[in-house]
Amino acid sequence: MSDYDLILLGAGPAGAAAAIKARSLGLSVGVIDEASAAGGQVYRTPSPALTATQPDADRAKGDALRAKLAASGAVLYANHRVWSLRPGFSVIAIGPDGPLTLEAPNLIVAAGAVERHIPVTGWTLPGVIGLAGATILLKAHGVLPGRRVVVAGSGPLLLLVASKIVAAGGEVAAVVDAAPRASWLARAGSMLARPDLITKGANWLLALLKARVPIHSGTAIRAIHGTDGVESVTIGPVDRDWRPVGDAERTLAADAVCLGFGLLPSTDVTRLLGAEHRYKPELGGWIPAVDASLQTSVPGLFVAGDGAGVRGADAAPLSGELAALGVARRLGRGGGGGSAGEAAQTEANWHKSGRFGAAMSALAMPPPGAAAMIDPDATVCRCEGLTRAMLDAAIAAGARTLADLKATTRCGMGPCGGRVCGEAAAMLIAAATGWDREAIGQPSARPPLRPVPLAAITGAFDYDELPIPAPAPL
Amino acid sequence: MAGDLRIGSAWTRTVSFRFDGETLTAREGETLAAALYAQGRRTLRISRDDSGPRGAFCFMGVCQECVVSIDGRLTEACRTPVHNGLVVESVR
Repeated sequence: MSDYDLILLGAGPAGAAAAIKARSLGLSVGVIDEASAAGGQVYRTPSPALTATQPDADRAKGDALRAKLAASGAVLYANHRVWSLRPGFSVIAIGPDGPLTLEAPNLIVAAGAVERHIPVTGWTLPGVIGLAGATILLKAHGVLPGRRVVVAGSGPLLLLVASKIVAAGGEVAAVVDAAPRASWLARAGSMLARPDLITKGANWLLALLKARVPIHSGTAIRAIHGTDGVESVTIGPVDRDWRPVGDAERTLAADAVCLGFGLLPSTDVTRLLGAEHRYKPELGGWIPAVDASLQTSVPGLFVAGDGAGVRGADAAPLSGELAALGVARRLGRGGGGGSAGEAAQTEANWHKSGRFGAAMSALAMPPPGAAAMIDPDATVCRCEGLTRAMLDAAIAAGARTLADLKATTRCGMGPCGGRVCGEAAAMLIAAATGWDREAIGQPSARPPLRPVPLAAITGAFDYDELPIPAPAPL
Repeated sequence: MAGDLRIGSAWTRTVSFRFDGETLTAREGETLAAALYAQGRRTLRISRDDSGPRGAFCFMGVCQECVVSIDGRLTEACRTPVHNGLVVESVR
């Protein structure tokens, strides 16, 4: 028996918009999110005690989204972590009050994205944090990543994080962008569609120039040094394919590093449910194959937001509405010609709105040569303590898929489930074999999708009540 | 790394908690990972593989680097709001 017409996984901008749209079409909707409130990463709720900061556009958008979702009549299961699913669909989660299983004939996965990482020597030191993590520290907690910070990697988060650090009174030792300046210019055409966002980016840049922050394009971190935490960072030039070149290195004093290489769509749920996926580097990598209503190859399973391809927060709500319209049509609700027209219009708006975000996503995407940034002694799989040299040895011995690497080295088998190291491991296989990233495929998804305490799965039980079959006669 | 990395004085209520026996303060509602990081307690555990120090990395519940022990249960510090009297042990 179904609990809802539709279950939403994720209450970020895409999931919340989908839930609100589906409710307006008369569907019953349950929304599950890991966080304590709706908003996703981009509109994450600031700590309740952080009150007197200057108004922030993202915070206002987040508050509006939370208010609309609360008023929509959708049921929000906050602080719930989905760790398994069954076809048809059962969603199995763990929350503050224990296990929760919900059922619905339709599922929209709006799980967003995680950050893509390219390991460098020393990136495990305390004080090295993700660029996305830095935005959480700055925006939700009012905490600086450090006193003197190197902001490195690729994509638009570099400028956002660096400008926020400067605005908060911290020092940025350098912005280190692996992409050559020409890559930004090459995408100017797609960006011109959104002059408001160009202005936003230009303001970030202006703030950095005013603070005399050095911005190094075509440059990457060679190594991060320190004993108990970050003390200095060595940077050097990379070529157009992001391979380190030449010996023009320099070492900067710093107490923190913010590091990231764009966003990677979260596909673990759609993989677990057996949906087909396509490799689209311009949208962040592997994404589910979808029809015009964002339905995957599994009937009733829809996707929305960055998990359907990284297009950013402005495009996300439109994809959520599109998927909600698709679900309503599938249920024969809110139908009629008007609905088809609305869907077509929403789809057109979504494509238009997504162009800027997709250009940004493409800008952050490492080319194949970026694997050369990873030194042999750099830890790739943090959970299992595996260096590039260890993984290269397994690849030389014949590992050709992420499953091979997992079986031979335990890479990706730790508590993060390969969500931090998986892309880097795939880049190493591609580099060693000369294959395209696409040919390496995706890791298989298996429950538990998230770390779950065993006690939470088994629940309370009495040993005496366990059925124990009689032993077979000898 | 000395000092406190919190920006300005926009906070209202503070609470105290214990980390490996040391009493520290946090702003109410702040996550444990942010409170520890802001006060320079960046090393949360020592890696069993390379014996190197490790600390919070993603701050969004993905990487599991900030796992600590609360009431004997492994918990991500980045998903745990600090409340008054919270007792936290690092994982050795």
